[in-house]
Amino acid sequence: MTAAAGSEAGIAPRKELVYRHSGWVRATHWINVLALLVLLMSGMQIFNAHPALYFGSASDFDDPAVAMTYERTGDGYRGVTEIFGTRFDTTGWLGGGADAEGEFTRYGFPWSITLPGYRSLAMGRHWHFFFAWVFVINGLIYLAYAFASGHFRRDLTPDGKEMKGIGHSIVEHAKFRFDHGRGYNVLQKLSYLVVILVLLPLMLGTGLTMSPGMDAAFPWLLDIFGGRQSARTIHFISAALIVLFVFVHVFMVLVSGVWNNLRSMITGRYAVRTAEPAHPREAAE
Amino acid sequence: MSDKEDNEKPGLNRRGFLARGGALAGTLFLGGCDALSQNSTVQNILKSADGLTEAVQRALLSPDALAREYSPDEISNDFKANGSTDPQTPDYLKLAENGFKDWRLKVGGLVETPLTLSLDELRGMPARSQITRHDCVEGWSSIGKWTGVQLSHVLDRAKLKPNAKYIVFYCYDDLGRGGTEASRYYESIALVDAYHPQTILAYEMNDETLPIPHGAPLRVRVERQLGYKMAKYIRAIEAVESYDDIRGGEGGFWEDRGYAWYAGI
Repeated sequence: MTAAAGSEAGIAPRKELVYRHSGWVRATHWINVLALLVLLMSGMQIFNAHPALYFGSASDFDDPAVAMTYERTGDGYRGVTEIFGTRFDTTGWLGGGADAEGEFTRYGFPWSITLPGYRSLAMGRHWHFFFAWVFVINGLIYLAYAFASGHFRRDLTPDGKEMKGIGHSIVEHAKFRFDHGRGYNVLQKLSYLVVILVLLPLMLGTGLTMSPGMDAAFPWLLDIFGGRQSARTIHFISAALIVLFVFVHVFMVLVSGVWNNLRSMITGRYAVRTAEPAHPREAAE
Repeated sequence: MSDKEDNEKPGLNRRGFLARGGALAGTLFLGGCDALSQNSTVQNILKSADGLTEAVQRALLSPDALAREYSPDEISNDFKANGSTDPQTPDYLKLAENGFKDWRLKVGGLVETPLTLSLDELRGMPARSQITRHDCVEGWSSIGKWTGVQLSHVLDRAKLKPNAKYIVFYCYDDLGRGGTEASRYYESIALVDAYHPQTILAYEMNDETLPIPHGAPLRVRVERQLGYKMAKYIRAIEAVESYDDIRGGEGGFWEDRGYAWYAGI
């Protein structure tokens, strides 16, 4: 499925439109974008009902691993985030800050980025669990497609040669030189595999471990993650890692040819330089 | 689809446009989400997933699958009391005054033999103790030891009629602060949970008389669901075929305020 474009015209830069993303990948990608966005925002709403994290089976309320709280100081209230006993002033970001009227309001995450945008644990849970199903069904469709079609093997699994070149690829990326061609480079492949096969399944597994019903059906969930409160903490950490991935991913999309990248994830077609330039001089480019 | 769309020279204007567009889309998205959250059609679509969750969990959960029980050294010394912690309704205060000696549990509705049971009578029934984890809908957990009579034992004594499908718990605490019967706490569970071996009417916590913050004189434990299902300060138990006509019609105090009736997740 390739379409030559302007390659016969002589010395103009040679481009070729290749069919890069199948319809299954494009559809499941965008559904996943929507699902993860809703899950993240409604997840922060749910977290705000008790903005503290613990390890183990139960909550040790006097000694949380992480807590978003507030304190009263000489000049009013401050939002405070406590991580393993060290306190940080995070007013306006975490713990609490001024609302639209300028009044101090308590929260974990600001209400402006939660779903809904006001305190409603009940609606936050409805959003979260509906889109958890969307995420799971969409993810299963993607995984079935990716294994059956060879997408994993062909497009996402780096070969030995690529693994050896990983150091070079890191250096190139650090210099902001991105060799993004027809396929993915080794760092892309590895980061996609980690997200698809580790972080997203971890979200599901730790999410289910928070369910008392699932814990009764599959008690080993509690053992895998070290107890319900550990599972909740891991759920939070892996959500943060997914957010980190999304930031890097979107940044890379922006700097490596935003329209070309977007087009390829919408229509499937991606422009690449032709492998063999017609004129030898261009090989030095 | 031409090559000219390729982003070889991303101009500042384009970036500025992207940033402004992104901010606008974000604002519209957030505003839209709040409007959606308050739209009853959207709410009903979102809530439809509760039915799927319940059906799948029921399929995975055998009726007798037990919630994990913990060892005595894992009992929390800071078990959190949530919701009502000190009911001020006059009838409750009067009962609390003399240690609930005059308290009686009424068991009625779709039963052959309505019962009126004192605390001593409940304590005289076969007891079960369990050290379990209490999971609050807010996200925290505490571990405690509960002692009481299995709800199934009480229901068998009252003999459920064949059309009974749910067990409703009516409570003394006026969590809705309406000063009326309708604003008091209540909950309902399905028979499969009512007959679960760990579903007990607890009168002891951590080997002591159930304290007021945790629901004295009697609370129910429904160990495979979240804390809000486990009604405290129980006054009466009613077997019903449907909870549609009870108060808000959603089957519980928090359910009437938007929470899912099935609280296994």
